[in-house]
Formats: sequence, structure tokens, C-alpha cells
Amino acid sequence: MNLRLNWKLCTILLILPCSFLIAFTHYPAVQALLNSFWNNASSRRPSKFIGLKNYEALIQDDKLIQVLLNSAFYAIGTIPIAIILAIVMALLVNSRLPATALMRLSFFMPTMLPMVAVANIWLFFYAPGIGLTSQILSIFGIPPINFLGDTDISLISMMIVAIWKEAGLFMIFYLAALQSVPQHLKDAAKLEGAGSVRIIFDIILPLLKPTTIFVAVNALINAFRMIDHIIVMTRGGPNNSSALLLYYIFDVTFGHRDFAYGATLTVLMVLILGVMATVQFWFLDRKAHYQ
Amino acid sequence: MMFKRILASVVGASLAAVATSVQAADLEFYFPVGVNAPAVATIEKLTNAWAQKNPQHTVKAIYAGNYEETTLKALTAAQAGKPPQVAVLLAIDLFTLIEEDVIQPISDIAKSSSDKEWISSFYDGFMVDTRFEGKTYSIPFQRSTPIFYYNVEAFREAGLDPKSPPKTWDEMVEMGKKLTVKDSNGNVTRWGTRIPSLGLAGAWLFGGLVVSKGDVLSTETGTEARFDTPAALESLKFLKRLAAEGAMAPGGITWGDTPKAFLEGQTASIWTSTGNLAFINSNANFEWDVSFLPGGDGPGAPTGGGNFYIFKGISEEEQEAALDFVRFMTSPESAAIWSIATGYVAPRADAWETPEMKSYSANLPQALVALDQLPYAYREFATFQRSKVTQFLVDAIEGVVAGDADPKEALKDAQDKANDVLDEYK
Amino acid sequence: MKNSLNRIFLTTIAFVLAIVWGLPFLYSIWTAFHPEEYSASFVWDAPLTLNNFTEAWNAAPFLVYFINTLILIITILVANFILCTVVAYAFVRYKFRWAGFLFGFVMVQLLISPEILIVENYLTLSSIGMTDTIVGIALPYLTSAFGIFLLRQTFKTVPKSLDEAAQMEGANAWEVLWTVYVPLAKPIYLAYGLVSISFHWNNFLWPLIVTNSPEVRPLTVGLSIFATVESGIEWSLVNAATLMTTAPLILVFLIFQKQFISNFMRAGIK
Repeated sequence: MNLRLNWKLCTILLILPCSFLIAFTHYPAVQALLNSFWNNASSRRPSKFIGLKNYEALIQDDKLIQVLLNSAFYAIGTIPIAIILAIVMALLVNSRLPATALMRLSFFMPTMLPMVAVANIWLFFYAPGIGLTSQILSIFGIPPINFLGDTDISLISMMIVAIWKEAGLFMIFYLAALQSVPQHLKDAAKLEGAGSVRIIFDIILPLLKPTTIFVAVNALINAFRMIDHIIVMTRGGPNNSSALLLYYIFDVTFGHRDFAYGATLTVLMVLILGVMATVQFWFLDRKAHYQ
Repeated sequence: MMFKRILASVVGASLAAVATSVQAADLEFYFPVGVNAPAVATIEKLTNAWAQKNPQHTVKAIYAGNYEETTLKALTAAQAGKPPQVAVLLAIDLFTLIEEDVIQPISDIAKSSSDKEWISSFYDGFMVDTRFEGKTYSIPFQRSTPIFYYNVEAFREAGLDPKSPPKTWDEMVEMGKKLTVKDSNGNVTRWGTRIPSLGLAGAWLFGGLVVSKGDVLSTETGTEARFDTPAALESLKFLKRLAAEGAMAPGGITWGDTPKAFLEGQTASIWTSTGNLAFINSNANFEWDVSFLPGGDGPGAPTGGGNFYIFKGISEEEQEAALDFVRFMTSPESAAIWSIATGYVAPRADAWETPEMKSYSANLPQALVALDQLPYAYREFATFQRSKVTQFLVDAIEGVVAGDADPKEALKDAQDKANDVLDEYK
Repeated sequence: MKNSLNRIFLTTIAFVLAIVWGLPFLYSIWTAFHPEEYSASFVWDAPLTLNNFTEAWNAAPFLVYFINTLILIITILVANFILCTVVAYAFVRYKFRWAGFLFGFVMVQLLISPEILIVENYLTLSSIGMTDTIVGIALPYLTSAFGIFLLRQTFKTVPKSLDEAAQMEGANAWEVLWTVYVPLAKPIYLAYGLVSISFHWNNFLWPLIVTNSPEVRPLTVGLSIFATVESGIEWSLVNAATLMTTAPLILVFLIFQKQFISNFMRAGIK
């Protein structure tokens, strides 16, 4: 529609609602930048302008390097695996195998649970010796693994929890896409003698590309946003081996009450997300051109 | 004439109002709950009992969540100009509260001789972390300390005398090895012992190890962190040795499921809070007993838990009422009721002499072990910027126990970082 | 022959995957309904009990937490419906030069959600004195970029002819919105509503930071506090509490499974 917008309407329709959004998205981003140039106020002295000192601390922070590496590994690990699992699940649920409704329930259930509940369940699940994983492992004669108490394994344990929670949700998006695959394409391929495997790889997967892009973006956002399980299960430990960027920000700000450094880290995080978004748009733009 | 009468009654009424308001105080009391026990109900019972004895005052007991939240809530309220008059907060929060300038020394308010006697009647082991610059800032209320729990039947099976649990670290390693049981695949089904090493709980127990080697992690000044010491190094080596020699599971060990592991027979002994006595007592289906924590050069343990603090920025009447309230809540009778209901260690000798405590400890003699260990206990680690500095220690311990960091380097690194933070307070 | 072998193979894989996927949750149910001593040992004739639920219920003010969560999600849902609708309406129906820029600007929230800026958002709330309130938890989410996005997509599909017809009958902007656009978007409202409810029911980090009194705490925060105590964790209690706090959402899901799933799908398409 091409109606003109008068000021009164504009205020009600746009300015007022969007101001809520802007107040908690754009305004705080700018505030974080400004606050990163000051130090913490204490009861004895007000905060002082210290220029780039917080950024100097940032560069010298070896914990931060560990955190960034963890975050990268976490994202690169969880996103492809969750996507592949989601596609497999969607194909299975969409097929004519028996009990697909039950399968669908089982796969989707984790999505309905809050991550803190999931974390508590898995905490118990992972407990060495008494948890279910240890009991299962002992049936196969494998010694118990210290899922949460080993610096080499703790991050992977967190990734497993995240994938368990997310794959079901992505499966749903793929189910929608699968159900909109035109039947005649599959029929034509069958007529030409193509087996199920070939149908999947040559026809269905390419048609799932847009969904995959959507799911990948979602998964990426979640990989940065979701830290509930870290808070409940490992608190970033042992020795920061499972600390992700947002968890580090949370711990520094609300654990150690260092708001100034927290603001600095927030600026870094926004920058990283901004770069990722730009790369994504550029990548998607190119794809669009070539389609 | 009429005017004079009205004036008289107005003056009379306002004088009466002023008179009663000078006496009356409204107290807000924040308290945390950190145990699976009917703590809230017990606190309310005690608070109501005081309110009944002091009808001119009112007191509102506000359950504020766990320790972290209660501290945050109290700080936020104080900084907004509306502090609670009294709160139970972690003993180790002392320096944070002092730095934020929100509490006042109880010794400044408790000036009468009976007050002074009351302060001196607490066990010194629990009073160590209440003092700063010569003043007593807080009063012990819900205190705990860890002890050594062990499975008597497991001892017998391993050919060990259940009346002689390990006293030294060497004995712990040797007995731990004997107590470890493997199945036909060579996998361990029961470990000899289990010492939580992850997170703040791990740092708490670590403090006890250091004390047993004759050193401490922090001092009364709040500006000193003693990480890079021979005692700390020996303690880390002890933890590694237990795992290396097969007496304890390798890797980091969580605090939360340690009692459960004991009950399930996953471990023949555990190092955990005396507060778990009731839980283990009601759920163990084997014979068990407790003793002092095995020590390096002698017994040693940390103390933990919460103390009463009185806040600044409250009126004189409120101070008096708050002091009276704290005295009541820490009286022998109240301390006995609280201790029996929750499993915390009653922080004063006369509480243990009350008939309730006497019959309680007759029924559960294990409760006395924590008390007997108290002379060998020292305060939990605390300094200014406590959260940040403790994290350096936690990282060092976790790096060594759950990873493959070198103990000496890890401690030196933690010490350097701690010094960086604490130097500006010296 | 090959086909039925394939089928058996695939069915086995599917079942194994479904069972492995369901194990943690089934484990949790087992533990919640059995006494503490059986929480880690699977004796098939172990006695069932409801004690864990009553004990957990009494140990913390779960009713208060539950009510808080309800108030929170209803507040956010109503605000979302109203605010996102009017913004989407503005984008679709009106032409103004800075429309493209504003839309992109608003869509930033999809990437930079309020939790990312948790430090500053907490300070903002603190400066207006809204920490420790339910409205404070809801504030950053009142206008949702996702909602605007969905509704704009949907409103775009409304035929112009309907709009023009309504105008010719003398309807003003509000009446057109209410009589033409909103009814046609009903399924999307339902889809978005379900997504929003389950997101905010399960939200943890932001409410954790904002609240510190039991009176304002939602279920997720209450559950996590319940599960972290100084003494040893009683697994049967914690799992009972976990089930209690998630049961309403799960029950709704089980009953409305088909609708839930088709609505999530709709929310995801495009």
C-alpha cells in the first residue's frame, strides 16, 4: 500500500513501539561502548574516565583467548551436527516407518523443556559412577568418563546437551520443508529408476537449502545466546575449559561485579556478531545473485 | 479557653506519639537458605518468638534466596538508601561489605559488659572471620565445617579397622588403595575416597588441606592471598597422588553428588560438610561413621557458612533492637533449635549444654566430631574482591586436578594475578 | 527383499535414535517418581511415590513462581500482539522514505537479543528502578523483531482490494487493521503465540539477573535455585521439581501436538 504517514499515526504505530526495542537493543550497545572507557565506581570514589585502559586489559586477558577459542569450537561443533541430525530425524519421521508419531515426540520433547531443566537432568545423567551414562558404559565394560570434571571433555559435554536440545526444533523446520517438496518430482525420479538414496541426495537435499540457511542462522544465534547449561552444570569450568563468551561476560559482571570490564567484553561481542552478520549477508547476497 | 484545650490535647498527643516512636523499631531481616531443610519455617518460628517478647518492635523476616542473592539484595537495598537492619550473609563477604561501606561493627554497638561477655562466648574458631582492624563486625549463626565420613562395612571388607580411620595423608592414600574395589573388567566400582575439587566447594576443602600443612590461604587483613606456598603445593600434590595411585577417581569431582555417591557405594569415604549428617543418617543402608579430616602434618579443616551483620544508615533505636534480635537468635536455646533443625554447627559452648542438644548428640554422636575438630579449623578464603581472587584459586586447582597443569606454575600464576588485584588495597 | 531389509534396518536405527534421544527425560521421570534410594538404581519393582513432588512443592514457593511465570508470559504476549501488529501494519500499509532503513534497524534485534547486552540492560533497568519486578523482566521483549517480521510477511499477503474496499466504506486506519488485516493473520498469531510462550516460559538468564526476591521469580530461576544447595543435592527432589515446572508446558504440548508442530513449522517457513 502506498498511503502517506502523518505524524500522529507515525508516533503511535512506529515510534512508541520501536522505542521499547531500541531502548534494549541499540541504546545499550552504544552505552556499552561509552561505559567501556570508564572504570568501576566504588563507594570510596566515583568512576573515572580511563580511555582505552579496559581494552588494554582485554588484549592481555589470556582467559579471554580461551573463551573465544571455546566459543568458536562450540559453534563449529554444534551447528553442522545439529543440522545433520535434524535432517535425518525429519527424513525418518516423514517416512512410512512405523511409530513416526512416537519418534517425533521423542525428538521434539527436549525443545519444550527449559534449558535449566535440561541441564539439571543431564547433570544427573553425567554424574560419574552413579549417573545413567556411567551405568550404561559399565555394561559395555567401558570405564566411567568424567564428563564435567575433565578439562578436555567438559566443552564437548556441553555441546552434546545443546545438540540434544536443539535438533528437535530444527527437525520441525525440515519437516515443513519436506512436506512441501512437490510429489511429482519424487514420482518422476522413481519412474526413472532412482532409488531412495539417490532421491534424497539429488532432489530433496538441494530443495532443503533455504531451510538449512534459516536453521544455520538460528543455530548460530543460539550458540552465542544460550549459556544456561554452562551456568548450571560447569560454571565455565574446570579451569575455563567450558566457558563461552556470554558466560564470561555474565561471570565478570554479575559474579565479580566488574561492570566496566563487562561493558568492554560486550562491545567485543557485539563486534563479533556484527562481523558474522555482515559476512552472512554478503554470502547470502552472492548466492541470491547466482541463483 | 477552647483553644488552650485543643492545644493541650494536640501537644499531649504528639508527645505520646514521639514517646512511643522513640522506643519502637521496625526491623527488616534478610536471610538465605542453603540447605534442604525446613529452614524458612524455623527462622520464622524464632523470629516470631522474639517479636512476642518485644511487642514494641516489629520484625519482618525476608527469605532472600541463596547466599549470593541475599548478599546482592542487601547490597542493592543499602545502596538505594534503604538497607535491611540485619541480615545473615556469608562470613567471607566481610571485606566486600566493608568496602561497600554498608555494615557497622557489632562491637561498636555491643558496649555493655553483658554484651561483651556474649561476644566472647562464641567459639574462637568461628570468630576468626568476624574481625577486621580490631573490631568484631559479625556474629556467627549458621556455621559448618567438613568432616570425613566413611563406610564401616567397606573398611571391614578391606581388612581395615573401622575404629582407626586415616589420620594422615599417607594413611589416606594407603587405606584408599585398599578400599578401592574393581570389577572383572578392571573398572573401578568403588573408590577409596572422594574429595570434591571443582568450583568454590573444591576451594573450600582445599583450604582445609592447606591448614593441615601449617599455613593459611588468607588472613584477617583481607589483602593477602597465600597461594604460592609450600603448603598449597603439597595439598595439590596430595590430590594428584590420590588419583595417580588409584585411591580416588581422576579428574574434577563435583560437590553436589558426593553424598549420593557415598550412599550408592561408589566411594568408601567422602570429605563433605557436617551439614549432610541428617541426609546420610536417614538414607544410608550400611554402617557408617565419621572422623576428623585426614591431615598433612596434623588435623586441619576450613570453616564456612553465614554470620549476622548489622547495617549502617539505620537509626539508634533500630541498632538497639537489631542487637537485641541478634542476641536472641544466637542465644543457647535458639542456637540449639537452629542447629538441630538444619545440621549447622551451634557456634557456642552453652548451646551444646542445653538439654535439647545433649539428647540430640546422644542420639547422633557423630555431630560432636565437627565440634571436636573446631580447634584445628581456620577461616575460609576471603579477601577484598573476593569473587575475582577466589576464581584464580579455583582455576588453579581445577587446572591441576581436572587437567594437566603443573601445580607449581598454576599456583604461581594464581598468586601473581591475586597480587595484581590486591596490591591496590595494601 | 532388499526393501524389507532396508526397512528393518532403518526402523532399528530410528528406534535406537528415538530411545537414546528420550533417555535423559525418561531417566528424569523415573527419578522423580521413586524414592531417593532408587534414584540411581533401576530395580524394576521399586516402589513408586509421589512424596518427592509434595516435598519439593513445600520446600520452595513454586506456586508463586508459577504465577509469576504466567503473569510474565501473558504480559509479553499481549504487548507483543499489540505492538508488533501496529509496527507491521505501518511497514506494510504506508510508504515512507526511511522504511527500509527502519526495518533493517529493527531486525538487528534478531541477532543481538536482549541477553547479549545483559550488562547494559541491567544497568538501564536499575536506573529506572525496575529491577526485581515482573514488568522489568518483560520490558526488553515487549516489541519483538521476530513478531514484526512474521506479521509483516503475513500482512503483505493481504489483498489490496480488501483494504481499498474497506476504505471506500469509510473505515479509518484502525478499523481497516481490525477488520481486514488481523482476522486474516489469525493462524500466524497462534503460531507466534506458541513460540513466544515457550520461549518466555523457558527464559532463564535475563530473569535471573533481574530478580532477586522469591516473590518475583519465575519458574526457571526458582528451579535453578532449588537445585543448588550447600548440602548434597537430592536428585529425586530436583527431578520432581523439574517435572513440576515443565509439566504444564509439556501437557499443553501433548494435547495440542499437531497444532504445535504445524505452527512451529509455519513460524519457520520463509
